[in-house]
Amino acid sequence: MGNMILLSGFMDKVREYIPLNWKWDLFWDSFPFVAKGLYITFGLTIACYVFALLFGFVWTFLRRIPNRPIAWIVTWTMEFIRSTPPLVQLYFLFYSLPLIPYIGISLSPFACAVLALGVHFSTYIGEVYRSGIESVDAGQWEASQALNLSTFQKWTKVILPQALPPTIPMLGNYLIIMFKEIPLASTIGVMGILHLANDYGAIHYRFLEPITVVALLFLALSYPSAILVRKLEEKMNRRYGEENLYLDNNE
Amino acid sequence: MSKPIVTYDEVTKSFGDVEVLKGINLDIMPSEKVAVIGPSGSGKTTLIRMLMTLEQPTDGAIIVDGENLWQMEEKGRLVDADEKHLSKVRGDIGMVFQHFNLFPHMTILENCMMAPVQVQKEDKKSARKRSIEMLEKVGLGDKLDNFPNQLSGGQKQRVAMARALVMRPKIMLFDEVTSALDPELVEEVLEVIRDIALEGEMAMVLVTHEMEFALDIADRVLFLDDGVIAESGTPSEVIEHSQNERLQSFLRRFRS
Repeated sequence: MGNMILLSGFMDKVREYIPLNWKWDLFWDSFPFVAKGLYITFGLTIACYVFALLFGFVWTFLRRIPNRPIAWIVTWTMEFIRSTPPLVQLYFLFYSLPLIPYIGISLSPFACAVLALGVHFSTYIGEVYRSGIESVDAGQWEASQALNLSTFQKWTKVILPQALPPTIPMLGNYLIIMFKEIPLASTIGVMGILHLANDYGAIHYRFLEPITVVALLFLALSYPSAILVRKLEEKMNRRYGEENLYLDNNE
Repeated sequence: MSKPIVTYDEVTKSFGDVEVLKGINLDIMPSEKVAVIGPSGSGKTTLIRMLMTLEQPTDGAIIVDGENLWQMEEKGRLVDADEKHLSKVRGDIGMVFQHFNLFPHMTILENCMMAPVQVQKEDKKSARKRSIEMLEKVGLGDKLDNFPNQLSGGQKQRVAMARALVMRPKIMLFDEVTSALDPELVEEVLEVIRDIALEGEMAMVLVTHEMEFALDIADRVLFLDDGVIAESGTPSEVIEHSQNERLQSFLRRFRS
């Protein structure tokens, strides 16, 4: 009992100096309201990521076209997309694209977000693929040619199966980074957790608790994923590190 | 006299301003074993890489079994060969590389089976059977499910040979296949090449630094020097009795 009195006395002292206006009942009340948006936030993350993974290949192969002007255009387009903020790209697609004559179309907020964030991150993922492909030894291409494989077979049977596995940890990192950029979509009205927290705040004139819920949800999801990716990275390093060690000993 | 299976007609190759090969004329007969020797930088490797379509000649023509390798006729004019033409003509050629170039993500057996199944559209069962036979022949019948990184250099090179042979090429190219190996592993690889040579059906071109081996199995030795074939003849003519000054000094380095 004495402890309880001591503790409440301590809390009173704290409140005296810091006007902490935290209300647990609001926190518990806002939690389910905000968590409903997890479906959308998750769905958008996965849609954006799949789009970025696929579109990354488009960049990678466009850059390999042995034609100077095309390679130049592709490189600078990628540079442009990477050096402009995703929020600006999102706004452009949502607010400006419908106003362009002839080609202007208006997309749903969700589709806009998938396109904007997907394309933005695909430029990074394209670079990851490229580094993986470049790390495959030139001798692998030569051996494939000597065995008379077609171009398609070279890629699918020999080059990509070697180029992609080492990039998995890097791709995982981009998934986490992208996950944290997903709330940008709330600015154009995608009903993810941030948007719902905002709504809750507007109804109850209280933002501290619902926004804290958003932060906690992101932490609860990002942190374990980050640990998973690190584990994956260690595993890959061990696997590919060993192979290199063996080669060094042998040749 | 039968027709040559490979003909080089005034073939030249430049890398930038450097002329590596300066007009090569050469006929290789079916089942002939040709050893190519010469100092490094003399263009030996480039000579066979052009035949494997890994380098395009700057000028001249290479004829394989009656077909122009690097050019084809289109509307009555000779144009650069496209991928389809190249792939048709090079189907008869196999190559073994200095650094093996096995596919590290496949087992030994998969390494051998892949091309017959994918390229020659052989059914899996018979490709598997022939691959196993070929691997047994090179002494690796007990390693079928191992991955390349579990093998020694000599074993890897024997797998590489099995992988090329299972395609039943008419011409086999060997690009310094023993130079990346530890000295004690060289003999096991040469042994396999000797076996293949004794079977006698294929034409073989060996770029090599193993002089005694060349003397032993080759029908003909070419001495490449400064981009030209400086000497050509039977092993004993070239290696033992040649008067060529450059060849003499080249050979002295191996005898000492």
